[in-house]
Amino acid sequence: MTSGFRSVRGGVAINLNADEAAVLRSMAALVLDIVEPPAAKDAFEELVGIGGNSEAPEDPVLARLFPDAYGDDPEAAGDFRRYTEDSLKRHKRENAEAMLSALPERGGKIVLGKEDAHAWLKSLNDVRLALGTRLGVDEESYEAYLRGEKRFDSDDTAALHIYDWLGGLQETLVHALFGVNRRGG
Amino acid sequence: MTTAPVELERPEIDEDVQPDFPWVTIVWNDPINLMSYVTYVFQAVFGYSKSKAHALMLDVHYKGRAVVSTGTREEMERDVSTLHEYGLWATLQQDR
Repeated sequence: MTSGFRSVRGGVAINLNADEAAVLRSMAALVLDIVEPPAAKDAFEELVGIGGNSEAPEDPVLARLFPDAYGDDPEAAGDFRRYTEDSLKRHKRENAEAMLSALPERGGKIVLGKEDAHAWLKSLNDVRLALGTRLGVDEESYEAYLRGEKRFDSDDTAALHIYDWLGGLQETLVHALFGVNRRGG
Repeated sequence: MTTAPVELERPEIDEDVQPDFPWVTIVWNDPINLMSYVTYVFQAVFGYSKSKAHALMLDVHYKGRAVVSTGTREEMERDVSTLHEYGLWATLQQDR
């Protein structure tokens, strides 16, 4: 099993076996599945760089990935969304695509420069937000689960294992990036 | 982004004038984001020291929210956008 990310000259590195690479590929695909490409725009919208949507998503996962920017002003939140949601979608898709394209079929050593490491960092977080929201993770229930005092639906067990594993993996990436920054690399 | 226009004559600015109510960016606690990650994001996005970033993260975790930056509405909209890219639950509002 992988020992996670470590800092190397100019970036971070990780060794993954084929199964771990496959899990990460399917998780990146999940993000691409959830975050649709921005809708096509007409010439005017393209020119001024705005999308069309101002409604907050109803789906809890999407609502968590694309939160309202104004908590107390629905009109301002709608305007903000109209101007920014497409670029946020694009950003999340690009991060997932960066992760997908860096994952070798059979696993192996992966070295990421700082920019790609940030794309992975954000995309791993998107995956955790999606899984955690879908599983209904909250601090109390998750800590009780870690102490062995709470069980989730057996249907959720596999997703929960992946969620745990991704949390550990992301933690090693954060620490590896702290290391890179200390080196000034 | 845009390039700066050729130098214009600068209007006289009264140094004492302050915006009445600055805007603030608030990060809210959520059960999924890792504490180490949130600390890292505050450092990466705002250039805060590790101790300041850590203290803000603890405020978010224990008090449920923390003001992480202050400025004009446009600046705060940029900060919120960047924090949403990192998956933090961030909002902006006028600090009344």
